[in-house]
Amino acid sequence: MIVDAVTLLLVSKINYWIYIVLMMLGLYAMMTKKNLVKKIIGMNILQTAVILFFISISAKNNATIPIIEHGQTSSHSGVQAVDYINPLPHVLMLTAIVVAVATLGVALALVIKLFNQYGTLEEDEIIARLEE
Amino acid sequence: MKTFSLIIVLLFGSLLVYCTLDFPSWGDPTAPASLHVSPRYIEQTLDETSVPNIVTAVLADYRSYDTMFETIVIFTAGVACIILLRTYQRKKQLGGMYRHVPTGITLRFKEDVQLPKDSKEFEHIDLEWVPYDIIIKTACRLIVPFSQIFALYVIAHGHHSPGGGFQGGVILGASVILFAISHNLRATLGRISERAVALLCGLGVFMYAGTGLICMIFGANFLDYSALAHLLPLSPVAARSFGILIIEIGVGIAVMAVMIQLYYNLASAGKHDEGL
Amino acid sequence: MIWQIELIILIAVVICGIGAIAVRDLLGAAILFGAYSFMMCLLWAIMGAVDVAFTEASVGAGVSTVLFVATVFRTSRRTKD
Repeated sequence: MIVDAVTLLLVSKINYWIYIVLMMLGLYAMMTKKNLVKKIIGMNILQTAVILFFISISAKNNATIPIIEHGQTSSHSGVQAVDYINPLPHVLMLTAIVVAVATLGVALALVIKLFNQYGTLEEDEIIARLEE
Repeated sequence: MKTFSLIIVLLFGSLLVYCTLDFPSWGDPTAPASLHVSPRYIEQTLDETSVPNIVTAVLADYRSYDTMFETIVIFTAGVACIILLRTYQRKKQLGGMYRHVPTGITLRFKEDVQLPKDSKEFEHIDLEWVPYDIIIKTACRLIVPFSQIFALYVIAHGHHSPGGGFQGGVILGASVILFAISHNLRATLGRISERAVALLCGLGVFMYAGTGLICMIFGANFLDYSALAHLLPLSPVAARSFGILIIEIGVGIAVMAVMIQLYYNLASAGKHDEGL
Repeated sequence: MIWQIELIILIAVVICGIGAIAVRDLLGAAILFGAYSFMMCLLWAIMGAVDVAFTEASVGAGVSTVLFVATVFRTSRRTKD
């Protein structure tokens, strides 16, 4: 009985459990890794975890992708909201992905600048240089 | 420090698990997120804009303020990358590695040299130069034009199929980056110069905002494309579809230019002389 | 929606993510991150978010991997953790 309930809980929300795992992974990488590029990879994993969460919200059973089928000309011919996946999270996340690559570019530019200045990518070595 | 971080991460994870227990199960059509705004978008989009792809219509029409400022964020990222990395050399250095093409001999000059003006026999090469692989070079030459055609298709057909300005712009940028990887940065800069890229960045954002301003001139709200019907022989619904196409092109240009700019600056560490 | 395929891809996503932050070589980390992005893109395509999957395939698996590789080329491959 309890085993069945737990299995149902695991299966019915599997995307949510995976997004929690990915979010913890990204946060852990950002906090403990000393290498700056590793930190940026952790930040990107965190971002994709958030996007996975939003996309999971938008899913609907027995619905199709949010492109209205060919032959439909107006809403009076029967476009029903339950037949199509919720498009709003898709829109928000689409722009979020492109902004993510722009922020990635700026972050990597900062990394190159730091490397030119200090000759290393490790956070602790940079701090040791700063304290000299 | 590591155990401390682990404890914080585990606490964070357990908090998220606790919140997730209250969520509606995955794929539930009556979940609160699917009940409020999105039914209106799904049911009215075809009537109001005649665009079958709801994502494109919401992105470029209903939420176009949002998309406009996202484009400006991308533009700002390109500008920030230039400010952070770009270094300008006062004097153009002529020393460096040259390759005599007919014989394959590499010459290294430590000081400035004056090469014969229009001689095709000497080729300026990077310090970390590897011999060109004929297979990679030919394959990439073949792929680049097809990927550019595909990118234009993605931008223009975004109303009816997945795609749009962001995706098409990124593919256009990626085709130029592919050319730069398979040849070298200097050859790419000869085809699309830094100045052209910077101008295209601004042009994309300008096309987007300019469309909004044209709508204001005709007395409608900012970015209300149905006002374009005064300018073109179109019905207001078709004018909205047309306005979406214009701003998708603007977004595509801006995204393409910023991707190329990020690549130029990162691959050459701001010097724009030699790179990946 | 076929949940078995989705489960396999979800496991692959987690493995690629762990690999990307655990491997002690920055070039390898960049490539594994590209694989992670591509798996994510497959996942979204299965869940019906075609536009998002398309964007992720071109941005995440394409351009950001190139940017990472360019940065590693300009700095160093060495990492302590």
